[in-house]
Amino acid sequence: MMATDLLDRPTVAGFGQQAPATTIPVRAVEAEGPPARRPLGGVSRADLADIVGALVSALFTTLLLFKHLTPLSGPLGFVVVFYAIFLATYAFLVSLTEARPAVVDKIMATLLSSAAAIAGLALVSVVGFTLWKGRAALTKTNLYLQDMSSAGPADPLSVGGIKHAIVGTFMVISVAILLSVPLGLSCAVFLNETRSRAGRLVRTVVDAMTALPSILTGLFIFATWILILGFERSSLAASLAVSILMLPIVIRSADVVLRLVPGNLKEASDALGAPRWRTVWHVVMPTARSGLATSVILGVARGVGETAPVLLTSGFTSSLNLDPLKNPMVSLPLATFEFVRSPQPALIARGFATAAVLMVVVLVLFTLARVLGGRPAGHLGKRQARRVAARSARDVARFDLMAGAGR
Amino acid sequence: MTTTIPVTSEPAPIAPRELVTPLGLGDRIFYRGSLLSGLAVLAIMAAVGLFLSMQAVDALRVTGVSFLTTSEWQPDRGEFGIAAVLSFTVMIALVAVAVALPMALGTALFITEVAPARLRSTFISLVDLMAAVPSVVYGLWGLFLFQGQVIGFSRWLSSWFSWIPVFRVSGADPSSPLVNETVYTTSTFVAGLVVALMAMPIMCSIMREVFSQVPTGEREGAFALGATRWGMIRSVAIPFARGGIIGGTMLGLGRALGETIAVYLIISPRFDISFHILEAGSNSVSSLIALRYSESSGFGLSALMAAGLALFAMTLAVNFTASIFVAKSRSGASSEA
Repeated sequence: MMATDLLDRPTVAGFGQQAPATTIPVRAVEAEGPPARRPLGGVSRADLADIVGALVSALFTTLLLFKHLTPLSGPLGFVVVFYAIFLATYAFLVSLTEARPAVVDKIMATLLSSAAAIAGLALVSVVGFTLWKGRAALTKTNLYLQDMSSAGPADPLSVGGIKHAIVGTFMVISVAILLSVPLGLSCAVFLNETRSRAGRLVRTVVDAMTALPSILTGLFIFATWILILGFERSSLAASLAVSILMLPIVIRSADVVLRLVPGNLKEASDALGAPRWRTVWHVVMPTARSGLATSVILGVARGVGETAPVLLTSGFTSSLNLDPLKNPMVSLPLATFEFVRSPQPALIARGFATAAVLMVVVLVLFTLARVLGGRPAGHLGKRQARRVAARSARDVARFDLMAGAGR
Repeated sequence: MTTTIPVTSEPAPIAPRELVTPLGLGDRIFYRGSLLSGLAVLAIMAAVGLFLSMQAVDALRVTGVSFLTTSEWQPDRGEFGIAAVLSFTVMIALVAVAVALPMALGTALFITEVAPARLRSTFISLVDLMAAVPSVVYGLWGLFLFQGQVIGFSRWLSSWFSWIPVFRVSGADPSSPLVNETVYTTSTFVAGLVVALMAMPIMCSIMREVFSQVPTGEREGAFALGATRWGMIRSVAIPFARGGIIGGTMLGLGRALGETIAVYLIISPRFDISFHILEAGSNSVSSLIALRYSESSGFGLSALMAAGLALFAMTLAVNFTASIFVAKSRSGASSEA
């Protein structure tokens, strides 16, 4: 009793008197039901009003500055001045209602979003510009059905095409895939399955290999394969250079994907008595399948777009060549490069069309990689899940049958 | 009736069982095969490195140390060195990193912290796509669209900041109304800006990876103490990811150093050392190789290889430093779920 009184100041005056009983205030709120949830994320109406207000104010202030008050000009300057005024106005508007940390938070969020927006704008501009400049030629069928052997440099886009470059690209890249993907995947398996000193050395060397500038792979093949061994410039030489380039990309990304396979799956397989190679073949690889496909496709997308190694090794031709071992071969990036280097406007237009076709090829490969991959190891797509369910249903039926036969 | 337990006078010492499993035939083939593929990769890499160094030695024997100090490139007269080429390469890469670093950092933080969760994977794909766009496409864009837009900015920079030596442009007179715009084209600055776009996605994806590994407990701890989102980023996310930020930046630097075709398309080659980044003309080791490989034979080629080797040594050093930083950051990559 006395202990509670100590905290109760008014009773101290009348010390020794009987303390009043503790009163618990009855809350009126509880009668109205549970309180409404506060919104934690999202943009409130006041936030939106701040942003829109700042944008409008900045736009008109900048217009006033550029048209009437100062001799400023130029679209880039307009954007920069507009952005600076927007930030200042926005900070002021937010500071009317919020404390300093909240103002800093809002401004920084705006800055981060702007950085991402600039990057996005650059991507859209690069891809859009190429497709837009090449649009006139992309719709003409002769682009895909003819080569440049009959077309002169000043001929319009309705004559000649890049069939030879499209075929050349696919020949170069398919031989490069044959060379680098099996080697790359088995090397990634080697890095993951063994913990030896050799493994660590190989991993270090592969890391180093990613630093190899792409032109040096071309220079290496040019000096050995073509100058010393005396083979001629051909699509095979280009494939060799491109596969040296793709190898570390495939190994590194496949290595990361294989490392993400859950350890308990491997241990379960070991515990069932499977030898290592069966564990790898039936557990590790299927679990990581979508990730492995992604790593291969990303390597291929990189290999398709590389110009520098092909420039040194494949030579240049304007007619179709179907022999990978003999005669020069041209690929899409190299054809783009050669077209654009000429001062002739018709050839530059062709260069843009070639670049647009290359861009479409890369976009298709990339979308393919996203559709196949993008799921973490072991997570199945709808169709895969259905297939697995059907297989285990078959297994159950088989077990039932065996149990029936045994009885 | 009592149980008798036989007492052994001397208990035999129990030897630990050996835990060696005899490998089956399949496993033996599997291990040999995978070892073989690892060794094959090793051999390819060693061949590239050894061959380049052996060829480069021929050229280096002629010039000696002056290879590092000569800025001319005339192998037929025995007068060649990488002083100009390498310094231009480094300047292009530095401009690229200076522009790409804030962009990559901002984009990575935007993706992990600001963007709504359901759009996150779309943004990640877009950044990956940016890395997959062929360099020749970036080169075309830089040559035919971007360079024209950026000249105005170059002129503004050079007329207001020419008191900073880096921004000085010889031959430019801001007070003259008849400004010739060609003094600002094909410059280190323009090439660096285009290369920045190629280096940005690599830097961004490494940084994003590290930011996404910031422990939820620490993140929520900051929020529970009343931090705003930016307060959390500044006091938890960025200190946690510092190693990844540095490592990612250096990987981007490595990519920027080795870029060939985009730089080749934009610059016009020059062989004198100049630190004025806005001035017309620039150079880089890889575009030098692309420019000269066909006209040189024998000795000229080994000179080019020496230049290439110098570039390779530099990117190698940068990449290894990067991987040390990435490994030191508190991010684990193993999963034992």
